[in-house]
Amino acid sequence: MSGAAPAALYGAAAGLFVAALAHTVAHGLAEPAVALAFVALIAAGECVRVVLPGDREQAPVGTAAALAYALLGPLRGLPTSHGTLQVVTVAGLGTLAGALLRRLAGRPPGAARARADAAVRRLLTAAFAAVLFQPLYTSGAIDRLPLTGPRYGAFLIAVAALAALCDAALAAVLQRSRTGVRFAAALEDELRSLAGIGSAIVATGMLLSLLAGEVGLWALPLFCSPLLLARAAFRRAAAVRTTTGQTIAALARATEVAGYTTPGHARRVADTACALGRELGLGTRDLALLEYAALMHDIGQLSLVEPVADGATALLPAEEQQRIARLGSEVIRRTGVPRQVWQQVAMLADPGRLPDGRPDRSLPVAARIIRVANAHDDLLTAARSAGLTEVAGRLEALERLRLERGRAYDPVVLDALVRVGGGGPAATVGDGRAAN
Amino acid sequence: MAVCVAGVLLAGLLCLLPLVAPAPADWLGGPVDLRRLAPLALLHLCLESLADGMPTPCSRLWRRLAGRAPHPDQPGRRGGSSFFPVLFAGVLMLPPAAAALVAVPAALFGNAARPGPVRRLWNAAQLALAAFAGAVVFHLLGGPRLLLGSRFPAAALGALAAVLVFCLVNGVLVGIVRRLSGSGEPIGGPRALWACLVAALLHGAAGLMVAVLWQGPYGALAVLLALLPLSISAWVSAQTHREQAAHRATVQALVQAVEIKDAYTRGHSERVGRASVLIARQLGMAEDRIRTLHFAGTLHDVGKLAVATELLRRNGPLSEAERHAVEVHPVAGHELVRDLAFLGEARDGILHHHERLDGRGYPDGLAGSRIPEFARIISVADAFDSMTSTRSYRRGRPVDEAVAELGRCAGSQFDPVMVGALVSALDQHGWQVEPPPPGGWDGEVPDIPLGVPEPARRSRGRGAAVPTRGGSS
Repeated sequence: MSGAAPAALYGAAAGLFVAALAHTVAHGLAEPAVALAFVALIAAGECVRVVLPGDREQAPVGTAAALAYALLGPLRGLPTSHGTLQVVTVAGLGTLAGALLRRLAGRPPGAARARADAAVRRLLTAAFAAVLFQPLYTSGAIDRLPLTGPRYGAFLIAVAALAALCDAALAAVLQRSRTGVRFAAALEDELRSLAGIGSAIVATGMLLSLLAGEVGLWALPLFCSPLLLARAAFRRAAAVRTTTGQTIAALARATEVAGYTTPGHARRVADTACALGRELGLGTRDLALLEYAALMHDIGQLSLVEPVADGATALLPAEEQQRIARLGSEVIRRTGVPRQVWQQVAMLADPGRLPDGRPDRSLPVAARIIRVANAHDDLLTAARSAGLTEVAGRLEALERLRLERGRAYDPVVLDALVRVGGGGPAATVGDGRAAN
Repeated sequence: MAVCVAGVLLAGLLCLLPLVAPAPADWLGGPVDLRRLAPLALLHLCLESLADGMPTPCSRLWRRLAGRAPHPDQPGRRGGSSFFPVLFAGVLMLPPAAAALVAVPAALFGNAARPGPVRRLWNAAQLALAAFAGAVVFHLLGGPRLLLGSRFPAAALGALAAVLVFCLVNGVLVGIVRRLSGSGEPIGGPRALWACLVAALLHGAAGLMVAVLWQGPYGALAVLLALLPLSISAWVSAQTHREQAAHRATVQALVQAVEIKDAYTRGHSERVGRASVLIARQLGMAEDRIRTLHFAGTLHDVGKLAVATELLRRNGPLSEAERHAVEVHPVAGHELVRDLAFLGEARDGILHHHERLDGRGYPDGLAGSRIPEFARIISVADAFDSMTSTRSYRRGRPVDEAVAELGRCAGSQFDPVMVGALVSALDQHGWQVEPPPPGGWDGEVPDIPLGVPEPARRSRGRGAAVPTRGGSS
């Protein structure tokens, strides 16, 4: 079910490219020098990639160049006549040439699927922008309206913005089929990344077409260069994020090394929490924050002089649990992770109900998820040490949790736990169910 | 020093003179177009704050007008701003005096986190002088004419020359202020300079883009968009910088976790880190290795998390089994930090800091040069601080006595090179022994009597042991 959408997109991109190529071969290239310059720029840009969180790749310069060609009107004051189909040809040829260059240069191929996704997105987005702009331009409608000066600038900006939205939607479709997150969540992620490097790419593409109109082809190498800085910045940001992940893992291990929790507890809770979060429709970013919070949820125990038996904090009195959560939150705060993470951990042990018995809606969903995941793992561990079989232990744990359903544990999260199969390794595999 | 500062400030003021007096030469003057100058100055003011990851003056003003609480203070980046595209656009679009003026408001009224008025004036004068010089070069090369006629690549070459002159003047002035303020901050090798130059060139390209678009017919929105890629990357860099600071904080968090368990080590980790750095500086170690070594020294005892609190706090002899339990701590520490890639060599330093030069240490019984350099440094620093710091059960020994003890064990337990380096570093810099917190150390926790043979224990009257937290460092 979820494999149909990307297959359709791939098919559409391939069909479009073949048709455009055939058309270009039949009718010849309009302004071959310009087309060649753009092919070269896209190919060069292919070699300069940036990996975004969630295994997504962007080749900022290549995408900006393809968009610039789609939006290219006059060149140094002289009109061009390349039309929509030639845009598709140039974008496709540039991407293919870039892949060839990478292979010749012996660069590691990287994640082949991510790169194919990026190529399909680029081709379809460039085609979309060209469909919006080129017919109006080549038919002379823009001159007749007339869209000149600031109005021409505003028109180009609007087309570029629409193209950006189209790109985000395509990316969300592909992302959904790859990871099984819901479409809304995937789209939110894409729009978030659009606000970052995405807007820089789209703005550069639009500006390149404007500037090429002013100064000619010299604009291409000159004014792509600021994107290189953006790429460097995002790469370093990605590296630092990796380190943040390692630090968090180390802190999570600290409680295990110190004997406060059973080996692997933090990891298991994080896995269960992520499965629950995916089931409840959280986006990639929220899932990442949830994972951080789940990994570090026991840090507060480091402030206890002696470990709790088996690290089973779920069995402690509520006040003590709250104190541990607050102390842990203080430690996490110093590690510089996003604010939500330590706020979630601070509220981990808060009662889920207001004094009058209504459910407390201010409690973040992540805190509710982690509480269920943590209690579940504590109960499973207890069941195992009591000598129960795996299946019996699961049933027993679920039963114990259900007793507190709607009181300590959020019913929605508990239902999700039942759906993902009571946690454990089987539930951590992203399956198609989350996409319905 | 004052003369030099005054000279630069005066020169900066002189740059602005053609704004009010008739210009003596063609390349100095030209009518000032306020419709270009004012937006550029405002843009620079706002984008510079944004690029530093700080709230912009506009948002601060808006918050004040809306009656909301001001932004919480955030630590600014050290070393001032380095966001130049708008300045470069000014250099390319305006006569020299006006180009100089673009930099002034941001330097004077920019980020709240910047230091005092003299520093602000200096920054303003420095950037104004650099912009002035760049603009003069651009005008002498006939840049404005080339730009107006969209004569590329000639116009781009003129812009390149202007940017290079800007960087040269700016760099010289930065060098002067570093020398004057005596901040021994290393400027960085040729690689850092190269990175600065590349960044400046890319900023120059963006400045040129703004200049071209400004004279084109496409409106102000297009100009704003031209600054978008660089603003975003600068903002991301500021965030990244903050996250890197957070990694140091994480190391602190781990240390804190140990110190909760084992109160005597409070400040010990910090001091071992400091002493290790002293030794490394004597050895002439590269600056980035020193940074890693500091992590290693600070984290060397992190494995004590895995040792039962009761054993760490035991004020008496340990049985053979208990001794083994304690000796696990380097391995446990290594286990903890194994996956932290940014710790690099520090990880092996932590694993082997209880090895002895004669091979009778633990965990692996390495001998001689097979012990990693970091570990040899840390073991000397660790022993030195253990001897000189005051514990619940004994007073700290004076520095010279500790040094004599280290000298006695050099060759068998310690690497003589490291001991020698520590001794000469102490001669040069002295050593600040941590005073005990008022009321004495609480918890009454002894050192693990490994490594250096402990001195004879003198029982000290335990004062009214009021638990005092955070009394150290």
